[in-house]
Amino acid sequence: MTQTALPEAGLDAAGLAVSLREVTKIYDSGVTALGPLDLRVRKGEFVSLLGPSGCGKSTALRLMAGLAEPSAGHVQISPHGRASLPGQGIGFVFQEPTLMPWTSVRENVRLPLKLAHVPLAESEPRITEALRSVGLAEFADSYPRQLSGGMKMRVSLARALVTNPDILLMDEPFAALDEITRFRLNDDLLALWRNLNKTVIFVTHSVFESVYLSERVIVMTERPGRISTEIAIEAPEPRGEQFRTSAAYGEYCRKLSAALAPSYSGQALL
Amino acid sequence: MVPADRAFRALRLLLPIVVAAGGTAGWELIVRLDNIPPYVLPAPSAIFSTLFSDWDVLGQSLLTTLLTTLEGFIAASAGGILLALIFNLSKLIEFSLLPYAVILQVTPVIAIAPLLLIYLPQQTAVVVCAWIVGFFPVLSNTTLGLNSVDRNLAGLFRLYRASRWQTLLFLKLPTALPYILGGLRIAGGLSLIGAVVAEIAAGTAGAGSGLAYRIAESGYRLNIPRMFAALLLLSVAGIVIYAVLALVSHLVLRRWHESALGKEN
Repeated sequence: MTQTALPEAGLDAAGLAVSLREVTKIYDSGVTALGPLDLRVRKGEFVSLLGPSGCGKSTALRLMAGLAEPSAGHVQISPHGRASLPGQGIGFVFQEPTLMPWTSVRENVRLPLKLAHVPLAESEPRITEALRSVGLAEFADSYPRQLSGGMKMRVSLARALVTNPDILLMDEPFAALDEITRFRLNDDLLALWRNLNKTVIFVTHSVFESVYLSERVIVMTERPGRISTEIAIEAPEPRGEQFRTSAAYGEYCRKLSAALAPSYSGQALL
Repeated sequence: MVPADRAFRALRLLLPIVVAAGGTAGWELIVRLDNIPPYVLPAPSAIFSTLFSDWDVLGQSLLTTLLTTLEGFIAASAGGILLALIFNLSKLIEFSLLPYAVILQVTPVIAIAPLLLIYLPQQTAVVVCAWIVGFFPVLSNTTLGLNSVDRNLAGLFRLYRASRWQTLLFLKLPTALPYILGGLRIAGGLSLIGAVVAEIAAGTAGAGSGLAYRIAESGYRLNIPRMFAALLLLSVAGIVIYAVLALVSHLVLRRWHESALGKEN
């Protein structure tokens, strides 16, 4: 077992939430998807993994969540220690909302608590709180099919937040949404991150999104995915429309686009 | 609802009734005009009057056949779902048993029935026939459903350390529900067929009192109107079984499944 959710003395001492050491992932088909990859994420940090489609950034996230096993190397996760129940230190948001269509929003958000046998009386206020934090308090009794794409994504986020996880892993969560909805969710996510003091690892292929959200952007190469560049984004908090339209923002986007360019050099532009 | 939509729905309901009325009237007319004797082709009126005059016999037979069908259907549903769950939990058992489930399915039940009647008490043999025909669609549909679980949802259950039992109860079974209900709908009609087949096989062998037996018996006696009356009852029973199962399926799925949602969604 190379992945563990138990607090790691070494990680804690270094203030790290996630540590990947020489991690490689080779699929059964023989294709090397990832690595070797070295990555360290501080507790409370907001980091984006940016790269072209198929570069293995989603695979990296699945390895951190323990949804897949690395072929080589070590994955260590250290939740800050607030969530006491097993499997609750990490929240995962998929690219699709991934809701259970057969039950209400409330029951969808309850799922992680139900699986951990949290009593109903205790889970109810937490569900209400999680739904309020994503602005969907009055939709608790709706069914997923009644909601728009953006609202479904919010439910998915509420479900990830309901266990109060220390580490939030997000796999291109807003990629399928329209730009207006995405901007709003970006702002909501930033507000949540500021208020809740979580470590967020955010996978995206949008340069603009990664600059807007992150403290640090990690650019990955084409498959097999490695780290090509790291850029720290320094901007006055809280970020908002002002940052998005600033010259500094444009400069970061230009730099990151240039860093991404070698990934595309081998491909003919259609 | 727009008026055109309402007219469309009315047509869907009316047209089959018009066809039935027209067909029956034409049939009645031909029999009367050509003076066809009832042992060759009975008029619809003769069939209906037989239905009422022989209701004591036919009603009793209908009850017997329905009871057999119900027993076969329950056995098929329980057996099919249970076997699918076991297959889902253990690949070894699936590999060992699935071929025989398929063989049971592809061997015509009419050919198995006489054998079953030799080895089993008649009532049991009839139920077993209904079970054999009905259980396979439930098994294969449930298996399909259990294997249709969303990959990411399954990942989420693993992330939150769901037990096998929780995954089955909260993820696999709800995912499989629409498929299971589809299987049950097929099994309902097939159970009736299985019961009828076994009754006919049993009827030639001796005592029996189901509707299919009445059809065979009336055939020997050239009581053609009663054959038609019994056939009518079987047909109505089949329709009712289908309608009831379709209604149950709709009621269970109406809150969330595409198949049960209106067009406005």
